[in-house]
Amino acid sequence: MTDKKKKSTDPKTYKFDTLSLHAGYQPHKNAGSRQVPIYQTTSYLFDDVDHAAALFNLERGGHIYSRISNPTVAVLEERVAALEGGTAALATSSGMSAIFLTVMTLCEAGDHLVVSSQLYGGTVNLFRLTLPKFGIKCTFVKPRDTQGFKKAIQKNTKGIFGELVGNPGNELMDMPEVAKIAHDAGIPLMIDATYQTPYLCKPIDHGADIVVHSLTKWMAGHGSSMAGILVEGGKFDWMQNDKFPTMTTPYEGYHGLSFAEEFGPTAFTMKARAEGMRDFGPCLSPQNAWNVLQGIETLSVRMQKHCSNAEKMVEYLLSNESVAWVSHPSVPDHPDHELAKKLLPNGKGSMIAFGIHGGKEAGEAFINNVKLASHLANVGDTRTLVIHPASSTHSQMDEATLKFAGLSQDMIRLSVGIEDFEDIRNDFEAGFRAARKPRLVSNQ
Amino acid sequence: MKFKVNDVEVFASTGGRPFDKKKPLIIFVHGSGLTHMTWVLQTRYFAFHGYSVLALDLPGHGLSGGQSLKSIEEMADWISEVIEAVGYKEASLVGHSQGCLVIIECAFRHPKKIKTLSLMGGAGAIPMNPELLSLAENNDTKAVDLMMDWAHGPAGHFGGHPVPGLYHINTGGMLAKSRTIKNTLGVDFRACDNYKNGFEAAKKIKIPTLSILASGDKMCPVKEGKKLADLIEGSQVEIIDNCGHMMLLEEADQVLKVLKKFILTNFPVQKN
Ligand SMILES: Cc1ncc(COP(=O)(O)O)c(C=O)c1O
Repeated sequence: MTDKKKKSTDPKTYKFDTLSLHAGYQPHKNAGSRQVPIYQTTSYLFDDVDHAAALFNLERGGHIYSRISNPTVAVLEERVAALEGGTAALATSSGMSAIFLTVMTLCEAGDHLVVSSQLYGGTVNLFRLTLPKFGIKCTFVKPRDTQGFKKAIQKNTKGIFGELVGNPGNELMDMPEVAKIAHDAGIPLMIDATYQTPYLCKPIDHGADIVVHSLTKWMAGHGSSMAGILVEGGKFDWMQNDKFPTMTTPYEGYHGLSFAEEFGPTAFTMKARAEGMRDFGPCLSPQNAWNVLQGIETLSVRMQKHCSNAEKMVEYLLSNESVAWVSHPSVPDHPDHELAKKLLPNGKGSMIAFGIHGGKEAGEAFINNVKLASHLANVGDTRTLVIHPASSTHSQMDEATLKFAGLSQDMIRLSVGIEDFEDIRNDFEAGFRAARKPRLVSNQ
Repeated sequence: MKFKVNDVEVFASTGGRPFDKKKPLIIFVHGSGLTHMTWVLQTRYFAFHGYSVLALDLPGHGLSGGQSLKSIEEMADWISEVIEAVGYKEASLVGHSQGCLVIIECAFRHPKKIKTLSLMGGAGAIPMNPELLSLAENNDTKAVDLMMDWAHGPAGHFGGHPVPGLYHINTGGMLAKSRTIKNTLGVDFRACDNYKNGFEAAKKIKIPTLSILASGDKMCPVKEGKKLADLIEGSQVEIIDNCGHMMLLEEADQVLKVLKKFILTNFPVQKN
């Protein structure tokens, strides 16, 4: 095929970087405002009673009340759906509420989920302790135990949930294989892709049916706003079996509507909004949606810098005498290195875990003596963040429990920022110097 | 709802209201490779306002059984059979793109059964781009990506779906990829390319006809749509600005407004 011929058959739909800036928004419908306006309002005028009825009956698209939808939030939803290759999205007040809403849209009391054991701590609590209160039980499976996901599926299992790269152990789940297992069982795969963002991986391309994000992290980048989102892939056939009656039969909870029949590839999002937002109400504020949109505009340039800094950091840590071990999927002897190359071709992310010689005391000294890196309980800020789980988030755990959670006394978790790498390295040098003389420094 | 035509199961959305034979019937016919889902922002209004609605999945498409019909003429006869199968003698037809060819041919072949025609993004003939046709017949997903590119106007490429949270291009793409492309899009594109009777059929049509055209439609440009409309006696033309071929989603409200006025005037619900 000649170049010229090839050109004519290439679709000219906008690509990732362009969508990050433009998807979901048309200035000419918004007074020509180039920037997305912040619709700081709770409610929207109806033209007449017919219009009001039409909106409530889902006859027409539009906004009624900002708990259900808001024009600024809708731009964010479309933008993330576009970036993920999804059909639809629903933004929420936080990542946790996106996960909760996903589960509540999918499951009823008596249902069961198969869940990866390496998840963000808050998510583990939700699945282990809170969902059982609603009659939803979970079986945890180690992310690398691909066949374990299959074995754990029961008659009443309604889905599989995981993070592609588990935290903090950096264990990868074989997403395409687990997706096959889920689909063979007629259930959807849900992936929390907070750590990857669609710049590094689009789970829908690898078989995921629903993607959730804490937008609080890399997607926003600035660490100023809480936000979450669920994105629908649109491929999952809810009508293939009778496991999802609230999606496929006239549903009493919404005027006898059958979401799957009426909305097909966007049915899950429509139900999550119509029922979940109406009844639970974890809506995102328009101001926070706007803040997140500002971050997404620069997603790919930031992620490139996050990943290149992370790679430099891995190299630095590997050659540092104070460091006992380094865990990052870019390291060739990482057990999932090959899978990471396949699923994360644009970069392996900016979360690194490493062990420091000298155990807990050395870890504490390191944390106390870095000045540029921020010591806090968050990830995915543009600034470099560090935490020593054994003395902070997980300080109540004994040795054995730490081990079960994939942690150790000497572990430092690092979210590499986009500062000049020289400055981060110099800061770490000071931290390591102090860690080599822990008592002396901590007495200062 | 599901019913049978010639022993083959057919799926049609009834717009969220129970199908009621006492009400006048409007049938919506989707475009190439698509499904009933494209009509969601038009059907529900009519279903909630005194009409019985069937947004069909053509055989072999969406949730319907059977094989895709190979010619526009077969599809036109099939629509007539659908009307009988659901116990009606007459109906108003609404079509998009390929669906316009189907309903024009249906009105030509079965003039007594068809009360009004509403054509969206229609033309008298839809000759296919040979590369697009060959990609679709070879089951290449690029055919869908190209169709979604060409089917959306410049504004539609940015999104801004009337239903909060939905993203046009991916939703349309997913619909078109929901079954085997060569068996849906491939067969449909070939049927469009082969169909030659559109202009002749148009000359014979004597029922109220509305053409909704979009200024940015690259697949069935305004000029082509007008050429067809000019042949239909007394037909009405409405042009939607800043919009592409997927007008029924891109500018759903404007489309509904025009369609509503036309149907309520020309195919009113009889009040007892
Ligand atoms: C992977 C992951 N998922 C979900 C969450 C929860 O998101 P949020 O804090 O926005 O509720 C977090 C928060 O740290 C996270 O790291």
